[in-house]
Amino acid sequence: MVNNTDKKSFITPDASVKLSIPEIEESASKHLAPFKASAEHQAALGFPDRLIDNWKDVAIEKLGELSGKYRGLRVYLDSCVNCGACTDKCHYFLGTGDPKNMPVARQNLMRKVYRRYYTFAGRTVPWLVGAEDLTEEVLDDWYTYFNQCSQCRRCSVYCPYGIDTAEVSMAAREIMDTIGVGQKYSNEVIGKVHKLGNNLGLPGPALANTLEGLEEDVLEETGVAVKFPLDQKDADILLVTPSADFFAEPHVDGLIGYAKVLHQAGISWTFSSTASEAANFGLFIGSYDNMQQIASRIKDAALELNVKRIVFGECGHAWRVAYNYLNTLAGPFDFLDPKYPMPQHIVEVTYDLIQQGRLHLDASANDDKRVTFHDSCNIARASGMAGIKGGQLSVPRDVLKTVCNHFYDMRSNTIGEATFCCGGGGGLLTDDLLELRVKGALPRMQALQELHDKHNITHMAAMCAICKSQFAKVLPYYGFEMDQIISVHQLVGDALVMQR
Amino acid sequence: MSVVIATLLYLGLGVFVIGCVYWVWRYASIPAPLNMPTMPAPTTRCGVALRILRETVLFESLFKASKWTWIFGWLFHASLLFVVLCHLRFFVDPVWGWVNVISPYSRYAGIVLFFSLAGLLLRRIVIARVRYISVPSDYLMLLMLMCLAGSGLLMRYKYYIDLYTLRNFALGLGSFSFNVLPPSAMLLVHLLMVAVLLLVFPISKLTHAIGVFFSPSRNQRDNTRAKRYVNRWDS
Ligand code: SF4
Ligand code: SF4
Repeated sequence: MVNNTDKKSFITPDASVKLSIPEIEESASKHLAPFKASAEHQAALGFPDRLIDNWKDVAIEKLGELSGKYRGLRVYLDSCVNCGACTDKCHYFLGTGDPKNMPVARQNLMRKVYRRYYTFAGRTVPWLVGAEDLTEEVLDDWYTYFNQCSQCRRCSVYCPYGIDTAEVSMAAREIMDTIGVGQKYSNEVIGKVHKLGNNLGLPGPALANTLEGLEEDVLEETGVAVKFPLDQKDADILLVTPSADFFAEPHVDGLIGYAKVLHQAGISWTFSSTASEAANFGLFIGSYDNMQQIASRIKDAALELNVKRIVFGECGHAWRVAYNYLNTLAGPFDFLDPKYPMPQHIVEVTYDLIQQGRLHLDASANDDKRVTFHDSCNIARASGMAGIKGGQLSVPRDVLKTVCNHFYDMRSNTIGEATFCCGGGGGLLTDDLLELRVKGALPRMQALQELHDKHNITHMAAMCAICKSQFAKVLPYYGFEMDQIISVHQLVGDALVMQR
Repeated sequence: MSVVIATLLYLGLGVFVIGCVYWVWRYASIPAPLNMPTMPAPTTRCGVALRILRETVLFESLFKASKWTWIFGWLFHASLLFVVLCHLRFFVDPVWGWVNVISPYSRYAGIVLFFSLAGLLLRRIVIARVRYISVPSDYLMLLMLMCLAGSGLLMRYKYYIDLYTLRNFALGLGSFSFNVLPPSAMLLVHLLMVAVLLLVFPISKLTHAIGVFFSPSRNQRDNTRAKRYVNRWDS
């Protein structure tokens, strides 16, 4: 154990030891509940602004409603046999040892209430089947532990019935919003998207400014006039990217990479000032309505700008929503060019261009780097790519291997469908949960450390805005540098040979 | 006595069948609003069928998760199925050829059945994580099945019963004629456990046998680009 108490009030786990299953330690992360949404943030989303008086009845009724509306939720609540196969699969359990972070125990927080009110056995013999009344204590546990799930779905890979704790925690958050207990970070962000079009609350003129600045930077650096167009009608592509790409590090270098790729391929493209955000936090709070509203703005922007294709930038959960939900929520998208899948991911676009030989790449530009790749959970386990099974895993690797001569993968049970969450997904990327984020990153850090010891890894590439922000924050806790996390498209951009 | 036992068995069977039909209907009637298979997922119906077949026959995901749970869990389910099939020799007349072929082995399958259950029970008690999530019904369920398997084994190896009379009783059930049961306490325990098992099936976690077919993580396809996935809420 490395004692970092001078910097913060908790101990960063040791990543240099092999991944092992911790002893359970009751309530080890009970103190880690995120800030609650203020009255104002609640009201902006149409949720009650404080805990309502008859919250118990409303919560129970909402639970019944959701289990009758979502087949997944219902099957998951009914089918668990407490086999325990998932108990050691969650990064938050592995990092904290709190037994309520074992996926089944997390689900059981809701399941015991569901059983009590909605099953024959739970109503008649609650003690026998672990059914419990909904009480204030239970609600506290819900708030704490359903906000300690990054909805990464790792548990669902291993459950014999595919029980997906993410669905359970989304439902729990929706129920809590309905009774007036929202989570500050997510609800505040959603409010900003509705109001200004992006998570950061960046208004249109500021965005235009930022993009102009980027054009100047790239011109200075490469001597090539790469454009970053905004609201340009009749462009081929509408590029929707997480707003962190506009100025956060290392995201922005990825954004420059997308622009360089599209520039060299000679494809016209544009951002939209009204859909200047790929992220869709409606997913995290389990709110179908919010998710649908946020998704619809992308369709509206595409129609208004009269584009032929929609492409998403490097983002994890946004890609899940885009790939699997967008067409359901906001479709049909029959006004787009049917030659291209709707929507596409920027890495697919790059991959296609590489296949067609339309990019002039020189991998030796990245010879100073020894790179590995972090599979983002929502890409690996909740979406696809390129129309090939497992394309979401192979396409980014193929691209990376094309642009870097030194690529290595981490241990196989920590990547691909078994990938560990960065520790900051699912609406947990907030500083009030820093301790949880640091501890939840442990399994990934262990895998990285192990590979680093073998191959002297200099960079870990990722293609999710949340992963990048999270790693930039937590890498230093584990003795790495914050700039060792890098965008996939930064590597692509650096390898592109730009003609003046 | 045979009337009481027969009634219990009819009741159990009735609850079991009606319960199963209810759950199939219930799950089918609840919409699955969004497409959310755990990826990488198959792109065709055929692929999905294979995925579910692997889950239900080989317990693929459990295998990835935990080898010990998989060994005990798989052996338990496989030997249970085998033993149940062997029991057909009591219920069909004339006995089908393949049943005659497999039934001599049921004495070994029964032992596997008992010890795989013991393994699952031991695991539940010994591993702190699993103990933490276990509730009384989890233990009782295993004990009940062990009683069922144990009583069967005892009749097989020690307290022999008159199989001819038993067969008569079993065949009689089909035509509602209540023939006498061979006098055996073991047999009573055995049949009682069968009735209890059938009765609790639809009101307990045993419905996982139905849920597994309706789990969106496993039964949906990776095809949203090719075909728009429509939410039933909207129609
Ligand atoms: S979805 Fe991820 S974070 Fe949530 S319980 Fe499962 S493994 Fe843990
Ligand atoms: S693996 Fe699935 S069935 Fe087993 S305890 Fe976990 S959620 Fe329940």
